[in-house]
Amino acid sequence: MASDAQTTTGYIKHHLQNLTYGQHADGSWGVAHGAAEAKAMGFWAIHLDTMFWSILLGALFLWGFRKAAQRASAQTPSGFLNFVEWIVEFVDENVRGSFSHKSDLVAPLALTLFVWVLLMNTMDLVPVDWIPQIAGLMGIEYMKVVPTTDPNATFGMALGVFVLTLFYSIKIKGVGGFAAELTMQPFQAKNPILKILFVPANFFLEFVSLISKPISLSLRLFGNLFAGEMIFILIALLFSGGAVLAVAGGVLQWAWAVFHILIVLLQAFIFMTLTIVYLEMAHSHH
Amino acid sequence: MEIALLYVAGAVLLGLAGIGVGVGVGVLGARFLEGIARQPELLPMLRTQFFIVMGLVDAIPIIGVAIALYIMFAVVGG
Repeated sequence: MASDAQTTTGYIKHHLQNLTYGQHADGSWGVAHGAAEAKAMGFWAIHLDTMFWSILLGALFLWGFRKAAQRASAQTPSGFLNFVEWIVEFVDENVRGSFSHKSDLVAPLALTLFVWVLLMNTMDLVPVDWIPQIAGLMGIEYMKVVPTTDPNATFGMALGVFVLTLFYSIKIKGVGGFAAELTMQPFQAKNPILKILFVPANFFLEFVSLISKPISLSLRLFGNLFAGEMIFILIALLFSGGAVLAVAGGVLQWAWAVFHILIVLLQAFIFMTLTIVYLEMAHSHH
Repeated sequence: MEIALLYVAGAVLLGLAGIGVGVGVGVLGARFLEGIARQPELLPMLRTQFFIVMGLVDAIPIIGVAIALYIMFAVVGG
C-alpha cells in the first residue's frame, strides 16, 4: 500500500487511481506514482490495469466459448456447454427481436459485447481490497480492477459501435442518403426553398442526437459501475472502524453485492440492446 | 466556506438525483403494474422491458450519485 492510503480520502483516491503508463515531465517513459503525476502525462498515457483486465477477460471469453463450440455435439449437453448455449440463444433471441435485416456481424458483435461487458462488470463483485492488496505486495502501486469503471474503456467500446453505425449508415444508404437523413428530418417540406431553409435546424437536431448516442452509451455504463464501485469503497471503509462497524460493513457489503448483481447484468444487457438498436437504425431506410 | 459549499453541492446533487429517479421509476412502475393487471399473461415480456427502461431511467441519476459521493468523501476530505 502506498503512503497516501492511510486517511479516508487517501484510501478512496488510491482506489480510484489507475496504473498509468506515459511520459514523465522530464521526458522519460514510465509508470506514474500518484494522481498528479498521472495527470501531468496528459493525453498520451495508457491505463495498464484497464488494458490488462479487459484484454484478459476478453481472452477468457474467447477461450471459453471456443472450447464450448469445439465440444458441441448432438448429444445432450451438460454443465458449461449448457450455459454457453443458453447465453447464445438469449443473445440470438434479442438480436432477432430488434434487428430485422440480414447481417453476419450484428449477432456476434452483440454476443461479444454482452459477455465481455458482463465479465468486466463482474470484477466489481470481487471485494475491493483483494486484488489491489495482492498487486501491492507484488510492488504494483495502483490497481483498478474493474475496466468498466474507467471511462476510457467504455468510451472506447462506444466509439467502436459509433464507427460501425456510421459505416453501415453510409454503406446501406449511401453518402447522399445519410446526408439526407441528417438534414431532411424532423422538419419536412414539399417546397424546395423551405426545404433548404430547414436544413440548418434539422442538421443541428440530428447531429446532436447522433453524437449523444455514443456519449450516453458509454457514460451510462461507466456511471452505473463507478457508482457501484464507489459505494463498495465507502462500505470497505467501515472495516477499519472497530468490530461493530466491521460486522455492519460485512452485512452491507453482502447486501449491496446482491443488489449490484442486478446492475451488473442489466447494464451489460442494455449495452448490448442499444448496440443492436443503433445498428438497426443504421440499416433501415426512412 | 468553500468546504460547506462543496457539501451543499453534494447534497443538492444527491437530492435532485433522488427526486428525478423517484418520479421516473415511480411512473414506470405504476404503468408496469397497470400493464400486468390488464394483461397478466404478458408479465415475462413486460418485466424484461421494465428492467431495460429502468436501467435507462436511472443511468443519469446514478452518475449524479457517484459524483456527489465523490465530492463529499474524496474532494472535501482532501
